Amino acid sequence: MRFMMIVKANAESESGKLPSSEELAEMGRYNDQLVNAGILLAMDGLQSSANGARVTFKGGKPSVVDGPFAESKELIAGFWIIDVKSKDEALAWARRVPFVDGEIEVRKVFEVSDFPVDSVSEDTLKKEAEWREANQKPITG
Amino acid sequence: MSTAETHRAIEATYRIEAPRLIAGLTRMVRDVSLAEELAQDALLVALSQWPQSGVPNNPGAWLMTTAKRRALDYFRRNKMAARKLDALAYEIETDTEEPDPDKVLDDEVGDDLLSLIFTSCHPVLSTEARAALTLRLIGGLTTDEIARAFLVPETTVQQRIVRAKRTLAEANLPFEVPRGPDRNERLGSVLEVIYLIFNEGYSATAGDSWLRRELCDEALRLGRILSRLAPEEAEVHGLVALMEIQASRLNARTGPDGEPILLLEQDRGRWDQMLIRRGLVELTRAQQLDAGGPYALQAAIAACHGRARKAADTDWRQIADLYAILGATTPSPIIELNRAVAISMADGPAAGLALVDDIADAPALKSYHLLPSVRGDLLFKLGRMEEARGEFLRGAELTRNAREQALLRSRAEACLN
Repeated sequence: MRFMMIVKANAESESGKLPSSEELAEMGRYNDQLVNAGILLAMDGLQSSANGARVTFKGGKPSVVDGPFAESKELIAGFWIIDVKSKDEALAWARRVPFVDGEIEVRKVFEVSDFPVDSVSEDTLKKEAEWREANQKPITG
Repeated sequence: MSTAETHRAIEATYRIEAPRLIAGLTRMVRDVSLAEELAQDALLVALSQWPQSGVPNNPGAWLMTTAKRRALDYFRRNKMAARKLDALAYEIETDTEEPDPDKVLDDEVGDDLLSLIFTSCHPVLSTEARAALTLRLIGGLTTDEIARAFLVPETTVQQRIVRAKRTLAEANLPFEVPRGPDRNERLGSVLEVIYLIFNEGYSATAGDSWLRRELCDEALRLGRILSRLAPEEAEVHGLVALMEIQASRLNARTGPDGEPILLLEQDRGRWDQMLIRRGLVELTRAQQLDAGGPYALQAAIAACHGRARKAADTDWRQIADLYAILGATTPSPIIELNRAVAISMADGPAAGLALVDDIADAPALKSYHLLPSVRGDLLFKLGRMEEARGEFLRGAELTRNAREQALLRSRAEACLN
C-alpha cells in the first residue's frame, strides 16, 4: 500500500534558505535506505510558497492569489511516496527521517485494494478465470 | 502510545531490518534456520526493552548486536560448534556500536543480502519452495500470508519452508554471491522466482484480491532491491522494467463487474503513469547494459504500449521488430503468432496472414485456439468470409472458455452476412 509522507513547511523552508551540505548528505543517506528497501516510488522537495500561488474556486469561478502565504504550518515543503506493507511500516520509516525539528504527515494513498472484497462470489471467480485466459491472448485489433 | 501500539511499532521496525539481519547472521552461523531464530530472539529482546529504553538510534545495528550475543550463547551451549564460536566471538569483539550509515550499501552488508537472495532461490530447491522461502526471508511475509496468496493451506507453506531450509542445510552450500561461469544460471533462477511471484499476483484466478495485489507489489520490491544490489546486470533492470510497466495496468485490466478488459480496449487514463515512468527509466538502464535479454525485450514491448496514450498511437512496427529479436533468441511459435499480429497492425492483414500461414503447422499450436482466432480475424479483414467463418468455428471448438466460445461463434455468424 502506498503512503505519502508529507514534510510540513516551517519558517526556515519558507525563507528559501537551502539546506546545509551536512543536512543534504544525511537526507541522501535516508533516501538511499528507502531505495535499498525497494519502497521509494517518488519524492520531491518544494520551493517556498513565495514561488507559488493558490487557485481558489467560488461558485465554479477560479481566482488566483500569489504566494508567499503566512501560515507556514499549513504549507508543505516536500514529500515521499512509499510502497509498504502496512501503516505501521510507513510510520517506522517516517520516524527515521533525519529531522531535528519538523513535522511529517503520513497519509494513505487511495488504491483499488481499499475497496472491500469480503466474499468472492461464484460469478467473480468465473470472471477471473476468463480474465486469466484473456490475458494470455496475443494482442489483437 | 499504548503498549499494543508500541509493540506494533517495534514489529514494523523489525520487518524493515529483518532481511539484512537474517542475511548477516546466516553468513556467521551458516544456517538459514538458525539465523532466522536468532533474529526473532533479538526481536523478543527489543519488545521487552524498547518500551522502556525507547527505540535506539540505529535499530538495525542494535538488533544485529543482540542477535550475535544470542548466537554466542547458543554456540557456548552447543560445544560442537567451537570453530564457529571463535569466529563469532571475534566479530562481536571487533563490532563498533555505531556502524557507519554509509555502510548500508557497502559491499559487506549488500553482499550478505544478495547472498541470501541467491541462497533462497537456489536451484536445489523446487520453484514453489524458492518462492515461499524468498517471500518469507526477503519479503518478510508470514506463512499465513504466503498461504493465502498462493491459495494453499498454511501447513503446506510451513512444510515447504521447513523442507527448503533442511535441503539447503544438507546441501552445505557456500553462502556467497556466485561469480564466474554459474552466475548467469543462478541469476536466472532468482529472476524466475521473482517473476513467478509477480505473475501469481498478476494473473489472479481467485482468492483474496488484496493479497494478490500485494504479491505483485512484493515482487516489485524484491526486483527493486535486487536492481540496487546487482546494478550491473541488464536482465535485473529488464525484469523490473517489465514488472513496473505491467503493474501500471492493474487498475485498468478489469471492468466494474470484474470482467477482463483486453489491452487495446483498456481505459489508458487508468494506467499508473508513475509506474510507467519508473519502468521506462529501468528499461533505459537495462538497454544501456544489454538490450538483448528476454526480460529487456519483453519490457521494451510492454513499453511500446505504455508510451502510447491512445491504442491507435501504438508503434506496431517496433513491436514486430522486437518480437523478431525475441523469437530469434528464444524460438517459440507463440512469439511468432504475436509477431504476426503486430505485423498485421503495421503492414495490413495480408502480411500478417502470410506469417500465420508459415507457422500454422507448428505442433505447439495444434490445439491452441488463438491460432484460428487470429487467422479468422485476418481473413475477415481481407474479406475472405467463408474461410474466416471456418477458422472462427474451429477456434470456438478449441477453447473451453464459454465467453470466448460465444464471441467466436458470433464472429462466425457475422461472416454469413
